Amino acid sequence: MPKSLLPWILVSQRLGIALLTLVIVSFAVFFATELLPGDVAEILLGQAATPEAVAGLRTAMGLDEPAMHRFVGWLVGLAGGDMGTSYVNKMAVSDLMGGRLVNSLRLAAVTTLVSVPIALALGIGAAMWKGSMFDRVVSVATISVISVPEFMVATLAVLIFAVWLGWLPALAYGANVDSWGAMLRAYAMPVITLSFVVSAQMIRMTRAAVIETINTPYVEMALLKGASRRRMVLGHALPNALGPIANAVALSLSYLVGGVIIVETIFNYPGVAKLMVDAVATRDLPLIQSCAMIFCVSYLSLITLADLIAILSNPRLRR
Amino acid sequence: MTKKTPNNWTGRDDALVEGMIRRGASRRELLKMLMASGVGMAVGGSLLTRASQAVAATPVFGGSIKAAGWSSSTADTLDPAKASLSTDYVRCCSFYNRLTFLAEGGVTEMELAESISTDDAQTWEIKLKSGVEFHDGSTLTADDVVFSLKRHLDEAVGSKVNSIAKQMTEITKLDDTTVKVVLAAPNADLPTILALHHFMIIKDGTTDFTTANGTGPFICEAFEPGVRSVAVKNPNYFKGNTVYLDSYEYFAIPDNNARVNALLSGDIQVAASVNARSLRMLEGQPSVATSITTSGNYTNLNIRKDLDPGMKEGFIEGMKYLINREAIQKSVFRGLAEIGNDQPVSAANKYHNPNIAPKAYDPEQAKFYFEKAGLMGTEVPIVASDAATSSVDMAMIVQQAGAEIGMNLKVDRVPSDGYWSNYWLKAPVHFGNINPRPTPDILFSLLYTSDAPWNESQYKSEKFDSMLVEARGALDEDKRTSIYWDMQEMVANEAGTIIPAYISNVDAISSNLKGLAPNPLGGQMGYAFAEYVWLDGAA
Repeated sequence: MPKSLLPWILVSQRLGIALLTLVIVSFAVFFATELLPGDVAEILLGQAATPEAVAGLRTAMGLDEPAMHRFVGWLVGLAGGDMGTSYVNKMAVSDLMGGRLVNSLRLAAVTTLVSVPIALALGIGAAMWKGSMFDRVVSVATISVISVPEFMVATLAVLIFAVWLGWLPALAYGANVDSWGAMLRAYAMPVITLSFVVSAQMIRMTRAAVIETINTPYVEMALLKGASRRRMVLGHALPNALGPIANAVALSLSYLVGGVIIVETIFNYPGVAKLMVDAVATRDLPLIQSCAMIFCVSYLSLITLADLIAILSNPRLRR
Repeated sequence: MTKKTPNNWTGRDDALVEGMIRRGASRRELLKMLMASGVGMAVGGSLLTRASQAVAATPVFGGSIKAAGWSSSTADTLDPAKASLSTDYVRCCSFYNRLTFLAEGGVTEMELAESISTDDAQTWEIKLKSGVEFHDGSTLTADDVVFSLKRHLDEAVGSKVNSIAKQMTEITKLDDTTVKVVLAAPNADLPTILALHHFMIIKDGTTDFTTANGTGPFICEAFEPGVRSVAVKNPNYFKGNTVYLDSYEYFAIPDNNARVNALLSGDIQVAASVNARSLRMLEGQPSVATSITTSGNYTNLNIRKDLDPGMKEGFIEGMKYLINREAIQKSVFRGLAEIGNDQPVSAANKYHNPNIAPKAYDPEQAKFYFEKAGLMGTEVPIVASDAATSSVDMAMIVQQAGAEIGMNLKVDRVPSDGYWSNYWLKAPVHFGNINPRPTPDILFSLLYTSDAPWNESQYKSEKFDSMLVEARGALDEDKRTSIYWDMQEMVANEAGTIIPAYISNVDAISSNLKGLAPNPLGGQMGYAFAEYVWLDGAA
């Protein structure tokens, strides 16, 4: 086996494992949902759920088929690209999901664009000037940002910028977004809030990873050979720290698709996290499954991407 | 100085008169009504002038608003049969009409129906207004009404009012504008039942509810479940040019603080049902006004009469004396509640019996009864949960009061999820929360008859059951009222459900939004605000 193929074999292994994970997760989500008390017919009827009414609605919705049967049916449909139909409002899951997924991805993308460069610059800078005033300020700031819960940041931001100063709209979605300026204003607060949450982790992991490589003998060698501090960090240490950094970034960003329920709630932003919560509350299985798949896919693709970067940036594996 | 207002005249009464003027009552009719309720001619006249000024001086056509409710999910629906959240009610009120509607004071008025008549309270004839148009241009006929009513009987529809609709054994079209409804047994409440939000009239044959085709004041322009809806004014509304707004957008902001903040920042004009705690923030804000409604919503302490300790004579009486209604009203609800008298028909209902005095807080009496029941020294658990509004706070107040007389009450706080299926109706002593219902008949048959599905305290009385049937079939108002008054007294004295307060709903609105009057049917003007409000300075 030629050695140059090794990275690609590793890559295809990663992809295979990702696919397998997806199938296992869909099983787990399905059976966990089945364990929840009550089903969609009971929840829809709510206080009006008499036994006859529930039985009638169940039959009408096709819920009396065995659970396994429904699951396999959904999985087969998914393989053919059909995410199924929502039990609750009879709309295609893809229609319900479409607009919201775009919203979530847009918010995630803007947040990534803002937070990743800042976080990496701060993390690398802190490592480069370890022990300096700059390093200490960054450390204290990141710790404080991690410690303050995001609902607090979001609510305070709304109170200050929307209610007292009146600079920004309190809602990210209800507001008019007909111009670029208006869109920036609408996105400002959610993006700042989310950046606070995801950056802190990235900054600390980046700093730790870079410092660790700086402490290795080969970087010390570079310093002894007369390389500038900047060259030593950026040229010698950073490439080796790229793997762990990519992983830290991926872990932080994976949170942005499914985990931003608080930001979606406070800024009334219709994304997929709220959709998932709704789906669970109404026991809307096709929708729960599809949301879980989306979260799982985004998580896996980010992690796999990070692994790829780690594999491909590793000189020992490359050559 | 001449007295301009009679004693006990409140803002709510002003709103009532303004509401009647808005719906087209003449000055003569109003004066007659005021005189009948004991208001003198001169004072009545000045009241009317003031009310007409309030109504006439300000209405402005045009403008658009954004309004936010508190609950929304992918289960949002435009199907009136399935409407369950306040958001659904608001939308249904905009896009559809009912045959009748409940006006202030619980009086039934005609909407799509011209008249509803009966001789025996069992066979009813519903005459429809003519010239009413659906949004698609078709005319309202008896077929639409028959379809709209009959679908509640089909279990596959999943109607919320299936059990109420079941009494309609025959629904037939007599001619294009007349429908005959035959009930299984006499029920004089039919016109009120038809005013329930679920009995909105839809087009014959409708099965697709991705948009709404109704006769209502607004046309559905956009509807995304769990996200928002956009409604534009219906130019062919059968009531004429009575709708002020050009359009409005409705969505939900479930988080109370976020809803209040959005109102304060001017992003929305209506923040429905705000928490009493956030009122302090709103006070002193000139841009914000509030509208307070007390309808029949309540959180009650239920003691099952068939289980220990409720079956021990004296325990329920003791608890009724131990519960400090004033403290609950003042500290739990911060004054935004009316003290209750242990029966479910609130003051917003025309059959409310005002003569039943709420039991006073009297720990010594309570102690006497607990000793009689032999329960002093025994630990009694009370199940409370966030699922039943404010029940945890209420439980704390009772527990404190118990501790002072040496009665050992233990508060079991349980999670919201699953509360209604696992604890409510089941635990020996627990809290419930009941939404307003329009008639005593629905309340009693749901909650207090021997075979009631939600008999919270397992109250059983054959006398009570037969009185309910008697009142149901009685067309004579006075007779019904007197039976209902007696029944309220029976519930207050005999059942194990303690209803310490009726909870008020506070809607916060932008101060340039006018015409939002409190309505006993519930917040947001009985969910129908969009049809009546206007935006000052819009034109």
